[in-house]
Amino acid sequence: MIDPPMGLVAELTHRCPLQCPYCANPVALHRARAELDTATWLRVLEEAAALGVLQLHFSGGEPTARKDLVGLVSAAAGFGLYSNLITSGVLLDEPLLARLARAGLDHVQISFQDAEPDNADRIGGFAGGHARKLAAARAVRQAGLALTLNFVVHRQNLARVPQMLDLAESLGAGRVEIAHVQYYGWALPNRDALLPSRAELDGATVVVEAARQRLKGRLVVDYVVPDYHALRPKACMGGWGRRFITVTPAGKALPCHVAESLPGLDFPSVRERSLAAIWRDSPAFARFRGTHWMPEPCQSCDRREIDWGGCRCQAFALTGDAARTDPACEKSADHALMLAAVAARGVTPPDFVYRRYAGATETVD
Amino acid sequence: MNEETSIPAFAAGVKFRFDTLRQKWVILAPERMFLPDEPAIEILKLVDGARSLGMIIDDLAVRFDAPRALIAGDVVTMLRDLADKGVVRW
Repeated sequence: MIDPPMGLVAELTHRCPLQCPYCANPVALHRARAELDTATWLRVLEEAAALGVLQLHFSGGEPTARKDLVGLVSAAAGFGLYSNLITSGVLLDEPLLARLARAGLDHVQISFQDAEPDNADRIGGFAGGHARKLAAARAVRQAGLALTLNFVVHRQNLARVPQMLDLAESLGAGRVEIAHVQYYGWALPNRDALLPSRAELDGATVVVEAARQRLKGRLVVDYVVPDYHALRPKACMGGWGRRFITVTPAGKALPCHVAESLPGLDFPSVRERSLAAIWRDSPAFARFRGTHWMPEPCQSCDRREIDWGGCRCQAFALTGDAARTDPACEKSADHALMLAAVAARGVTPPDFVYRRYAGATETVD
Repeated sequence: MNEETSIPAFAAGVKFRFDTLRQKWVILAPERMFLPDEPAIEILKLVDGARSLGMIIDDLAVRFDAPRALIAGDVVTMLRDLADKGVVRW
């Protein structure tokens, strides 16, 4: 008997006005014509609730680019799902927020690229974006909705973690996420431009730990550490096929939003199969579920049901074999790859490769 | 903060509900989820944004036939922990 999933990540679209160079979307993005229609999403949400999903994460791309978002939120509330909106905020205005709140949305998470406006707009590749995000965050609180600020941090903004925490507090957020870049999707080709040094990382960590104590009971501070300086891997998605299903804009069901990068796995489509059948029967979901697939040193490790072998996509990206131990683990034979990447990073960060649809130019001035 | 007149309430975006599929009480919060233990469940069932801390303690002391001071200590410890996690405000 397989425990039901807790969360559904609904990637409604890959369309997004921003071009963040660490986007977790695949490098080959789907265009609008490939997206699932409203009726299919409504069926998926109903199936998710029946299967045991408790939390729904509307994501993307930019989910507010979908015209049917309010209807989907309303349906999700009707099915008893707790709904999170994971957004850049640049398309969120007061009228839309009022409609989303009425439809039963529970929480809004807005991504910020920095606390310093010009650098934020440069990283996101969208002029004026930061100001729009500030306005959106205020509108979230005015609509009475819970607010999270999400900061993805790296060598080009890490020095401003104190200002990021201040911004979250001043905007009335209940939660702030300081998340180091994870190096898959667009972030891997941008690694040298993003990876912090050990000293830069340690400085930020001290600030975050102090803020956690200071803000206890007022602001929840979540901190995602960077694998390249870690000794142990993250329990990626809480374990493969254990807690989450992601559905891509085109309808593929995945154990994590990056899993399509792995070769040799046939991910089923929600256009053809129910979520319950996928969760129960898909060989791709079973492939790395639990501990049976693990090589050494995972197999005999007392942490095998804590970190579940780490991240399959990272193992594949760095070693070419998705079934190896995550190189983030110091017990991995491949751990030196991470140390080498840190050592190889230059003094001056190279230009970003911005997130774009294939065929567009690769960089901006 | 443990004045007995203060009124605990769930923080914005927090829902406490019974999951009929798993037959368990769950706390759903922004990007997080908690499974409260039995004592926490009994306390949270009384958190409605209207009852004061003192009323919650009174209710539990009577129902569980326990010394009021003992219950008060447990309730304050539990609520403080849940406040640190961003689940309740008081």
